[in-house]
This record gives sequence, structure tokens and C-alpha cells, in this order.
Amino acid sequence: MTAGPATRAEICVLACAEAWRNDSKMLASPMGVIPALGARLARLTFAPGLLLSDGEAYLLAPDEGTVEGWLPFRSVFTLVAAGRRHVMMGAAQLDRYGNQNISCIGDWSRPRAQLLGVRGAPGNTINHPVSYWVPRHTPRVFVEAVDMVCGVGYDRAAAVGARFHELRVVVTNLAVLDFRTPDHAMRLRSVHPGVMVSDVVAATGFKLAVPDEVPVTRAPAPAELALIRDRLDPGGRRERELA
Amino acid sequence: MSAGQVMGADDVAGELRSGMTIGIGGWGSRRKPMALVRAILRSALTDLTVVSYGGPDVGLLVAAGRVRRVVCGFVTLDSIPLEPHFRLGRQGGTIELTELDEGMLHWGLLAAAHRLPFLPIRAGLGSDVPRVNPELRTVRSPYEDGEELIAMPALRLDAALIHLNRADPAGNGQYLGPDPYFDDLFCQAADRAFLSCERVVDTAGLLAAGPPQSLLVNRAMVDGVVEAPGGAHFTSCVPDYGRDEKFQAEYAASAASPQAWRRFCAAYLDGDEPDYQDAVRRFRDGAAASP
Repeated sequence: MTAGPATRAEICVLACAEAWRNDSKMLASPMGVIPALGARLARLTFAPGLLLSDGEAYLLAPDEGTVEGWLPFRSVFTLVAAGRRHVMMGAAQLDRYGNQNISCIGDWSRPRAQLLGVRGAPGNTINHPVSYWVPRHTPRVFVEAVDMVCGVGYDRAAAVGARFHELRVVVTNLAVLDFRTPDHAMRLRSVHPGVMVSDVVAATGFKLAVPDEVPVTRAPAPAELALIRDRLDPGGRRERELA
Repeated sequence: MSAGQVMGADDVAGELRSGMTIGIGGWGSRRKPMALVRAILRSALTDLTVVSYGGPDVGLLVAAGRVRRVVCGFVTLDSIPLEPHFRLGRQGGTIELTELDEGMLHWGLLAAAHRLPFLPIRAGLGSDVPRVNPELRTVRSPYEDGEELIAMPALRLDAALIHLNRADPAGNGQYLGPDPYFDDLFCQAADRAFLSCERVVDTAGLLAAGPPQSLLVNRAMVDGVVEAPGGAHFTSCVPDYGRDEKFQAEYAASAASPQAWRRFCAAYLDGDEPDYQDAVRRFRDGAAASP
């Protein structure tokens, strides 16, 4: 095993894993290298009941070599509607209530930059738990108002009486955030080792709820670190996602 | 082997009309009926509305100016997340867009296949999808719960185009890869459906290749069969072949400038399908020679 304390990327892998801690008998759908490592780490340690796919149509058993199930896109849609899924998506823009944009930047009718489109974000957020992964925490991502609401935030979910809406956490390269405030505005939950609270506040384009005491994000335990380095990502793809 | 419904790719394009709503099967850059798309590029068809889990099918048709409107939840090349020609079309304001959640698109096709005017769905509520699609309506559950839901309208298609691994001449079609995507639904949502495949085999040959549940479409759902080896290129068509990543990168680079697009057309698209496949072979040999 590679020696040395946990890197920022490894802190992020564990923080992503923690998003799925109490999930069982549901599909974990991570978007991105570090969320994917986090979901696999969660299943290998504290969330063995998670289902994970190969990114195509197969469910892989915990040994990650054996196919244990078939999950074509049509079945994923049913899992989504049934609420048996927790996805960690990316975000080009995210506001204080967790409204997310991955569709386009600028005026929708003729965008300055066309991105992915809404994809499954509206259906995901209205149906099942959703978390977000932002590898570069900047005021360009954390904005007052997003240009196109794809993933639904708490204010809009309340306005339509959403029954199954739940945003868990936002993991970034600097911190972990959540929505555990009276009005579900985004709150700083922990800062990664070496990051100051003021760094996160400066990198956020809206007024972030900051508790009096902000804990430091948990670093991986030796066994978790060994799993990340030796088993899940010996090639170090996690470091390149933060580079 | 009887002739059945076998026809050429250009014959399929000849059955279509400008202004039609065309559904295209596959997903992203996976098992797209690219030979049929290339046949459309050789035709004079224009002003199309394209309904798709979008990939380079959408990108090519947009780049060639054949599309008035795209109906989709995304357009992507998978390994290259953003489809560059679709981006140019959107940013240049040359195409209209009906932007839907992926699940809404599924539900719209299902409603059309079932001859229903709409199907209720939660996806879309609270998001900006209703803002950019002001024609969308909601419906309230008539039961005790009284929940308000999006009434996703049927996405009825004039024609569907899909690509499968095998088919018989009558139009019974088989997928051998991991995911059927929504190709059966596209056919059932369409007035007419055209299937291209890697290989036309006799009917008994289908079950020799895979189990009965791999027979995704039957001849009652299909109006024409095209044998098109490499017909999904450069998208994936496993187990026959995977995505041609190097060629996909070449395609993506063609969005760099109008000149680059014209060069790509001259190299690959201006001839017929055999010319295209020859040019792809030359590209592959060249790529192998210069690592």
C-alpha cells in the first residue's frame, strides 16, 4: 500500500461514500470518477446492500466481476419512479436550495453554451434521494440562480408538493454541504482537512449557512484508505479528477 | 430465403418525406441506425422533427441542416459527453428544441404505442421543463390522493428507424447486446418502422443466435428490413463491434469549423454506404499505421 496521509481526492472519495451510508436494497448511481469510487467503497464497507451497475446494463456482484442482475435503461426508469435509487450527479450550476443545472448556460432559447440537456435530473430529484458532486467549488457553479432548473431544489419541490424529494449532500473539492436548515437552504456541513471556512464561503456565490462550529470532514481510516489505493483505484484516476 | 420486406437504405429514405417526425432508436452513441441516417444525408429530406435518446444521429442530421426540431432529454457521444454539432445548432439558433426528462420521453413513446393521449408522470414537476415546454399540462389524480402530475403527451411518430444485430427478411428483429434500449417502443409509436441490421438470416437462424427474449421486434411492427453490415458505425453494436472511438473523435473534430465539416463530408459522407465503409477502413489502417 502507498504510504502517506489521505490526499484531498481520497477525502472526497470517502465523503461521497458517506452519502450512501444508510442506503440498502437500492441502486447507487454515481456520475464521475470519485463518486463511483465512493459508491464502491460504501458497498465494500458500510453499505453492503447497495446495487451497482457496470454503466451499461448489468448489475455487478460485490466481487465486481460476477454479473448478478440485468438492468437495461427501461428498468432504471422503473427504479427511479419507485424511489429505489440514490444518484450522485454533477452540476454546472447549483443554487442555495439545491436547484441544479446541467442543460445549458445562458438564455435557454439560444444558449451561450449548450451542455448535456436535462437528462434524468427532473425525474431523479422528484422521485428519489439525490446528492451532488462538484470537483471544482467556485462561484461560477454555486450561483444565486441557475439558468435552467434540471434537478429540483427544496423551494420548488415545496411549491409543487413533491412527496419523494430529498437532497442528501453536496460533496466538493473543498467541503461537504447539506440542506439541514429550517428553510432547507444550503449549509456548510464540514470542511476538508486544510480548508478554511472562509475559503468555502469565498468560493460560494450565495450566502451559505455556516454553523458556529464547522467540523473537519472525516479522513479515511487505514482500512478504507487501503481499499481505495490498492483495490478500487490502483491507477490513481481519483487524483486526475481533481487536477 | 424469401425477399420479404428487404429493401435498401436509400429506399427507406425514399419512403420518408420532408417535415416528418422521425424517431431514432439506440441510446447516445450506442446501436444507432447510422446507415439509415447516412441515407437521409444522401437524400433531399429536410425540415425533420427528430425524436431520440440523442447521439451522433442527431448531430449529423443537425450539421447537415435537415432538422427543424429535436425532441430529446440529451444529445451525447457518451465517451465525449457533449455532442459538438448539436451544440453548434443550439448555440447558433438553427434548431428548435423540445427538451424533456429522459423518463418523460419514454412515457411519451409508451403513450403513443398504447394509443393513449397522455400518461401521467412525476418527472418534470418543479423543474424548468414545463417553462420551456409551455404546451405541457398537468393532470390531477381522480382518486383519494389527488396528486398533481405531468400529463406527458403521446409522442406519435411518422416513422421509426432502428438498428439491430440480426433480422429475418420478414422483419423479425433480434438484439444480441446488453440493452434493448427503446427500439421496440419507437417502432410501436410509429406509423411505419424501418429496421437495419448487421446481418439478415433465415428465421430459424435467429434462435440459433440468441434466446427468444432477444427477439425484440416482430414482423407486424416493421415495414422494411435493410441489411447494413457496419450499419451502426461509429456507434457501438455489441457483440458485433464496439464503438469506434478513434473515428468518433474524428467526427467530433469535424465541428471545429465549416471547413472541417466540409472535409469530413468529402472524406466520408458524399459517396454511398460502400464508399463510407471503404473510407472507414482506410481511416482505420491509417490510424493503425500512426499510433
